[in-house]
Amino acid sequence: MSAFLSSAIMHNIFGGLAQGVIYSLVALSLVIIWQSTHVLNFAQGAMAMFATYVGMTEIGRGVGYWWCVLISVLVGMALGGATERVLIRPLYGKPEINPIVVMVGFLGVLEALAAAIWTSTTRNITEPFSQIYFQSNGHLVFLSSFVIFQIVLAISIMLFVAALFRFTKLGLQLRASALAPEVSRLLGVRVSRMLTIGWILSAGVGSIAAVIIASGSFGLFPTNMDGIFVASFIAAAVGGLESPIGAVAGGLIIGLVEQFILAYWSPNVAPLSGIIILVIVLMIRPQGLFTKHASRRV
Amino acid sequence: MIRVEDLTVNYGAVKALRDVSFEASTGKITAVLGANGAGKTTLLRTISGLVAPQNGSIHFDNSDLVGMATENIARLGVGHVPEGRGVIEELTVEENLRLGALSSKVNFAECVEEQYTRFPILSERRKKYCATLSGGERQMLAMARALIAKPRVLLLDEPSLGLAPQITAQLMRSIRQLCETQNLTVILVEQNAKSALRIAHHAVVLHLGSVVANADAATVAEDEDLRRYYLGVVVP
Repeated sequence: MSAFLSSAIMHNIFGGLAQGVIYSLVALSLVIIWQSTHVLNFAQGAMAMFATYVGMTEIGRGVGYWWCVLISVLVGMALGGATERVLIRPLYGKPEINPIVVMVGFLGVLEALAAAIWTSTTRNITEPFSQIYFQSNGHLVFLSSFVIFQIVLAISIMLFVAALFRFTKLGLQLRASALAPEVSRLLGVRVSRMLTIGWILSAGVGSIAAVIIASGSFGLFPTNMDGIFVASFIAAAVGGLESPIGAVAGGLIIGLVEQFILAYWSPNVAPLSGIIILVIVLMIRPQGLFTKHASRRV
Repeated sequence: MIRVEDLTVNYGAVKALRDVSFEASTGKITAVLGANGAGKTTLLRTISGLVAPQNGSIHFDNSDLVGMATENIARLGVGHVPEGRGVIEELTVEENLRLGALSSKVNFAECVEEQYTRFPILSERRKKYCATLSGGERQMLAMARALIAKPRVLLLDEPSLGLAPQITAQLMRSIRQLCETQNLTVILVEQNAKSALRIAHHAVVLHLGSVVANADAATVAEDEDLRRYYLGVVVP
């Protein structure tokens, strides 16, 4: 058993899962925003990065790690709400390309602003859990407390989000507001409030992902979420954009495939794995792996 | 009672409603009739707050609905079944009904059973996505979703659109029955003037945004000129 756990294949599985849960969390934040507002937020990663900078700067002032995480998440949520109110709200009812263009621009602004305030140097943040691999009967098992924390956290957030959308009144109102805002208003739903709540929730989940990334070996720098955002966007699309479970599954699939290609083929091909998976899924099941009803044009 | 006074709505240079005034009495059905482009749908959308009028007032319950947010008008007890029914296809039948009940303080479990008794087919389809429903089933769902919140006023926009004559007749009987048993005020927009006048107490006829007749339904039904020139009913 110990030999199996320490085998190369298990090493790659654990590595793929660790990377996959990060993709899953960011994909989950994209799904929340899509489910509740039908907007694709291309600045999701940058907003999370910015919130992480604000929170984690407090560590240097002697504030404890978990308090800094809380600050990052709260700042992220506030930034999400403010972005919806200021940048996105004037664009409702306008062509669908408008919010995409605005958010791509906002991504650039946030990254430039972060570099101007905190410089582009990578900051290493002390991880909350050890990244030293476990040992079993003298064999190294490529799994650490930090990886377990990542996986448990991602699964917990996924279950929370899935339950929120599936079983709560708030979740139903969030979905209805995105799918049919006018009908929702006629039924008494306060649609504009729901749209803001959707952005707040999404930004909160995105910030948690960014904090984990910054706390790991990747570190924190202004563009640290760019590559992760691309893989996470693909993960969300593979899962079906409307399914929290799909987002997590998509993230894990891409994380694992990337890791195996990296190990057994070429590091140059690994970044393309997501695109290849996306093309295959879109050819076989255009609505994504976990969306039940037929796809809708966006 | 809903009292509409001097309501004027413009879409740019186009006048959709011109000084429209009428009253919809409590517990009665008021049919709003007219050809395509007469302003019927605009009138309902203005009452619901989806369209802002340039002039006029809409009185309900000592409040002027003009300027009020759509969701607040719904919360006052004004239910609106829009043209095309407005069921949300990506939600299940039960989720659509749950959404309808959210704005009021009704007990969902009790009220949903009431709607399932009224429309038994919805009970069978409760877990199905609305995209799989037929036109008639969608209409029933749209009605049930509006009724579940126990509205005091119901605005119905072309409920018979796309339905077979037999289902239309059944639907019209249900509307009349609802009105009588629940003291519901109904404003019914219909192109099918014959069906609407059969159940309505009062009728308002619109032509190019102006009121050309405002009388009890029987009078409008018997007026040959109105039927011939504004309602498209062939007079022998």
